[in-house]
Amino acid sequence: MKSKAVFAPYLVWMVIFILVPMLLVVYFAFTDKSGAFTLENIMKVGQYSNVFVRSIWLGALATAICLLTGYPVAYIIAHSSVRRQSVLIMLLMLPMWMNFLLRTYAWMTLLEDSGLINNLLAALGLPRVHMINTQGAVVLGMVYNYIPYMILPLYSVMSKIDVSVIEAAQDLGADGRKVFWKVTLPMSMPGVISGITMVFVPAVSTFIISKMLGGGGNLLIGDLIDMQFLGSSYNPNLGSAISLVLMVLILICMGIMNEFDDGETEKGGMMP
Amino acid sequence: MKKAVSRVYMTLVFVFLYAPILLLIVFSFNDSDTKSRTVWSGFSTRWYEQLFQDRMLLDALRNTLIIAVVAAVASTVLGTLAAISIDSMKKWKRKLVMNITNLPMLNPEIVTGVSLMLLMVFAARFLGVDLGMGSIILAHITFCLPYVILSVLPKLGQMDPHLYEAAQDLGCTPVRAFFKVVLPEIMPGVVTGMVMAFTLSIDDFIISYFCSGTTQTLPVFIYSMTRKRVSPEINALSTLLFAVVLLLLLVINIRQGKVGKKREVEA
Amino acid sequence: MGEKPIISLQNIAVSFDGEQILKNLNLNIRDGEFVTLLGPSGCGKTTTLRIIGGFVRPDTGDVYFDGKKITDVPPHKREVNTIFQKYALFPHLNVYDNVAFGMRIHKKSEKEIKKTVHEMLDLVSLGGFAHRGVNRLSGGQQQRVAIARALANDPKVLLLDEPLGALDLKLRKDMQVELKKIQQATGITFVFVTHDQEEALSMSDTVVVMDKGEIQQIGTPQDIYNEPQNAFVADFIGESNILDGVMHEDYLCEFAGRKFRCVDKGFAPRESVDVVIRPEDIDVMEPSEEYLTGTVTNVTFKGVHYEIIVDVKGFKWMIQSTDFQEVGNVIGLRLQPDDIHIMKKSEYSGMFGDYSTFSDEMEEDQSLQEEAEREE
Repeated sequence: MKSKAVFAPYLVWMVIFILVPMLLVVYFAFTDKSGAFTLENIMKVGQYSNVFVRSIWLGALATAICLLTGYPVAYIIAHSSVRRQSVLIMLLMLPMWMNFLLRTYAWMTLLEDSGLINNLLAALGLPRVHMINTQGAVVLGMVYNYIPYMILPLYSVMSKIDVSVIEAAQDLGADGRKVFWKVTLPMSMPGVISGITMVFVPAVSTFIISKMLGGGGNLLIGDLIDMQFLGSSYNPNLGSAISLVLMVLILICMGIMNEFDDGETEKGGMMP
Repeated sequence: MKKAVSRVYMTLVFVFLYAPILLLIVFSFNDSDTKSRTVWSGFSTRWYEQLFQDRMLLDALRNTLIIAVVAAVASTVLGTLAAISIDSMKKWKRKLVMNITNLPMLNPEIVTGVSLMLLMVFAARFLGVDLGMGSIILAHITFCLPYVILSVLPKLGQMDPHLYEAAQDLGCTPVRAFFKVVLPEIMPGVVTGMVMAFTLSIDDFIISYFCSGTTQTLPVFIYSMTRKRVSPEINALSTLLFAVVLLLLLVINIRQGKVGKKREVEA
Repeated sequence: MGEKPIISLQNIAVSFDGEQILKNLNLNIRDGEFVTLLGPSGCGKTTTLRIIGGFVRPDTGDVYFDGKKITDVPPHKREVNTIFQKYALFPHLNVYDNVAFGMRIHKKSEKEIKKTVHEMLDLVSLGGFAHRGVNRLSGGQQQRVAIARALANDPKVLLLDEPLGALDLKLRKDMQVELKKIQQATGITFVFVTHDQEEALSMSDTVVVMDKGEIQQIGTPQDIYNEPQNAFVADFIGESNILDGVMHEDYLCEFAGRKFRCVDKGFAPRESVDVVIRPEDIDVMEPSEEYLTGTVTNVTFKGVHYEIIVDVKGFKWMIQSTDFQEVGNVIGLRLQPDDIHIMKKSEYSGMFGDYSTFSDEMEEDQSLQEEAEREE
């Protein structure tokens, strides 16, 4: 199986469909409409720093909520009986099989001013709350859509922790709380790292959630890019520049995350 | 006490996860007009009937299925070959190829989407064609490939490398040895990869959105529907899709359960 | 056993990633012989086997089969078959289909295949197992299926790559006998790779001792044990006390500060040599002027005998004796002329110390520890 002929088709594919598109992004980012070299696009990205800050802030917030609420879920699943584990994981993955747009749309109908939650509040005699088209709604949408990506890698790492390691810790005198802080938590760090990446990357770059739940006022990086390519302000050069900056930003974030990791652990447990 | 707390907590989490979906399903049977989506006014299946008369929807569904089948088969063949050659690579070369392979998976989807769009627009202009099925299929193969490779590679790693040699030792040519011995061994990984590619392709919106031109896939169609805010039809569509997925998962699980039990009995 | 070689390796050299695995290896294997390639891991024995099987192409040198050059013949066209280390049975096929695999590839008739498969399964005492899945067999049974599968292809030469490594001790002994029987019954040339010296000695017609990509010694098991050619062979095969010595004249050598009569000759006067004394050859006597004298530092009961470590002027000897000794006893060691084996100095001289420790790893760790303590 060493023959180079086997590798050739994939090599060609990799170059044309992975490397060339990336280079095109770089090329467009540094040229103007006539194809001449320019730094103008990159400079212009600076004007949108408020959008970048908002995206990162909301993405980080959603990631933090996913981690804090998801960790106990993963822990509880990993500590149930084997039969229960598979049922729970299955239940967790089931909503993911529904298209992401539909799931987000479902929240739209819930959060609207005349939506179900408000109707319910009204029926109980409580004042209506404006929820749709707020940053809170965007974060909620992110958490709802991406929390399984946090729980699954956490669970897959936790379920692989050797019981005898826990027993060894108990044997050496650690109580339940100490076992958690000194053994379970450090050993589940690889899952935390990959969970964070798997939630943060799509959250920070989303444009559907912000469009559907955030209204027009809470523009995110993804919306900016969308606008330059398929939206009102057609400008692929600027769009490429924003994409490039986003990519570099995320690479830096992942680099920082990998510093926490020893680089030894394989990426997440998303594979079934 | 601890048990009760965790039970309550899990219940809350699952309510959070399922409530919106259940609501969608309930209101797909609501006999109301478009204005009041969230007021119950009697049971009806009129949205389902309307759905099946929607030509655009049926076209989108057909496109989606064609794209998913072609992309799944093509990415499985290409990805399996790629995994085999990557498996036999030495350290640094393997690392380099894997890093490039993972790029579409690690990159934000929107970046992969626009980068492929730039390529497709460029190529389409060069060839004098429009974006459409072709460009969507090529884009889908591209983002499915890493998933196929990542599900085949571990199977190759688990396989006793001597199996391939043993087949040759007993008289198989290298190609024949691959089909008679290696392929049956890695088949579970290949099938997993193909199923993943198929579902990812059906579910994909972002990359299709950028590479589709005027052609509509189901998710792209759904997106345009949510923009227009006409709705109970979407609820009906969601319900149908959810039912299909649920059915598929149940069938798979029951089958796996049977196989698992059979294995247990044998062992 | 014919005299003409069925397999001949000439001037073979192989390196992987810049690491020399085999250096100018020459080996002739006669038809019908049971040859064992013996050596520690990384010595090149498996690579040698894979060259014969056709899975590794030598950088230089040639392979001959029955007088014909086969260096560039791919594995599937060679008349040799291999038993792989972990058997490499095809998990998706049952026992019958595994054994039939080669014959089906060669398009034999199903009738003939059926006959041969049953013959082969009978030969390895697995008559009733034809339709079992291979994953439901024990290690020993899998092993025998692998043998049947290879033999069903009617090879001229069978290559066995540490085939007994994964079996437990008793099963291993049975399989040693079984393999030897099959080899004698079929008359097929066996090339057997192992790192287990006992296995090599008990099964082979010829043992090829290898280390660092080179052949150290070729000979019958008796030759290898009794007349090791250098310190490596002496240390690797069985236990040995290896000392520095000087050959004064034919039949007279000096080591451990004394002169001894011996049975070796043909060395230059005052030539430095390595002296090997097997632990079981040493007789324990009352201490006296006549013998080497030392203090017992450690005694281990081994069942058949005691293993006694004796400190003679700082050099730890190992003695195997059926009589118990107290630690601290002062005893005499009697060496008779034919207990003493003289070897020429080689690159291995001085590499194998005395019996302060048994393994190199412990020795290294202990010296590191001592170093650390000194620094503190």
